[in-house]
Amino acid sequence: MLLPPPVWAHTQPGSVAGFLAGLLHPVSGLDHVLAMVAVGLWGAQLGAPAMWLLPVTFPLVMAFGGFLGLLGVPLPGVELGIAASAVLLGAMVATESRPPLWLAALLVAFFAIFHGHAHGTELPPGQSGLLYSAGFVVATGTLHAIGIVIGLVHRFRIGRIVLQAAGAVVTLAGVIFLWRAL
Amino acid sequence: MIHRPALPTAVAGTALLLASASVQAHLATTGLGPVYDGVAHLFVSFEDLLPALAMALLAGLNGPVAGRLALFMLPLAWFGGGLAGFHGVANGWPAGITSVSLLLLGVLVAADRRLRPPVVAALAAALGLVHGDLNGAALAAAGGEVSGLAGIAAAVFVLVALGSALVLMLHLRWARHVVRVAGSWVAAVALLLLGWTLSGRI
Repeated sequence: MLLPPPVWAHTQPGSVAGFLAGLLHPVSGLDHVLAMVAVGLWGAQLGAPAMWLLPVTFPLVMAFGGFLGLLGVPLPGVELGIAASAVLLGAMVATESRPPLWLAALLVAFFAIFHGHAHGTELPPGQSGLLYSAGFVVATGTLHAIGIVIGLVHRFRIGRIVLQAAGAVVTLAGVIFLWRAL
Repeated sequence: MIHRPALPTAVAGTALLLASASVQAHLATTGLGPVYDGVAHLFVSFEDLLPALAMALLAGLNGPVAGRLALFMLPLAWFGGGLAGFHGVANGWPAGITSVSLLLLGVLVAADRRLRPPVVAALAAALGLVHGDLNGAALAAAGGEVSGLAGIAAAVFVLVALGSALVLMLHLRWARHVVRVAGSWVAAVALLLLGWTLSGRI
């Protein structure tokens, strides 16, 4: 009674820790954060339906990248891909580019694979894979949502300028990431 | 003060308590009986809660007829599958079956394609049978009572009723998109879970 053994009443051990680890993992890397927020900003600039399509596309394809990583499928240049995502997505926001919807989705999906491959497979030992994955996806989606909410200032003239400046900052940060990755 | 004849008993009892084995019970014990344990089970086990929630979203997106069919089909199938699993009739599902079912539901919600009500009902039945069977087998392995399955099925009923009704009420276009985004999150979680399962890391 004084030294009770572990009682695993239904829930898997490490469940809460797994969720928190997944939740915090995307936030721990500035490269990931900037790219996620840039997706939201760009979606807000493009308006519907891109505003919804991009945040639907990214987590799905990111998970596919994580799936490939978990199966041990190698992906060359992962860090370069992540850095390039910040450069290009930031540039899209900075220049307020309006490519066809399919091209925007394809661009976002392409970079999502790198983010998923790099970040989706780092489950700390002893924690729940399901809840880690849930935390990881929720955090990524929340970063998109933050980007979309910030991007709503696009309806104001000064807001458009602020968004373009934010895109330029993301691009600049991406260049620094790219420089470090090379 | 412990009397001398009772001392060996006390020492032996303390040793037994200290050396007790780990308990890996399937159901959380609420102290209110097996039915309530079953109700609590759904809400503390993410691997069952998430697919039930995804099914509720899918049913709601496909209209009231599909919603009503799923509302009754999912808990009934869950209970039936649970009975089969409890008595060892079925079992032996391939690894990753729950991930695949979750992935399918997530993709269908994210795509928001209109499905015919019988298709939604069939999906609900298949989902209920698989998860119920797994629950029933785990319940039997943990020495639980079969009435726990009734609690699980009741909780599934309530969850689908509330979830699908909430989605049915959404008339704003953006709110429907939010549901689709939630579906993409479910599919993403399922895909990662499938990866964990196939890689043997969980």
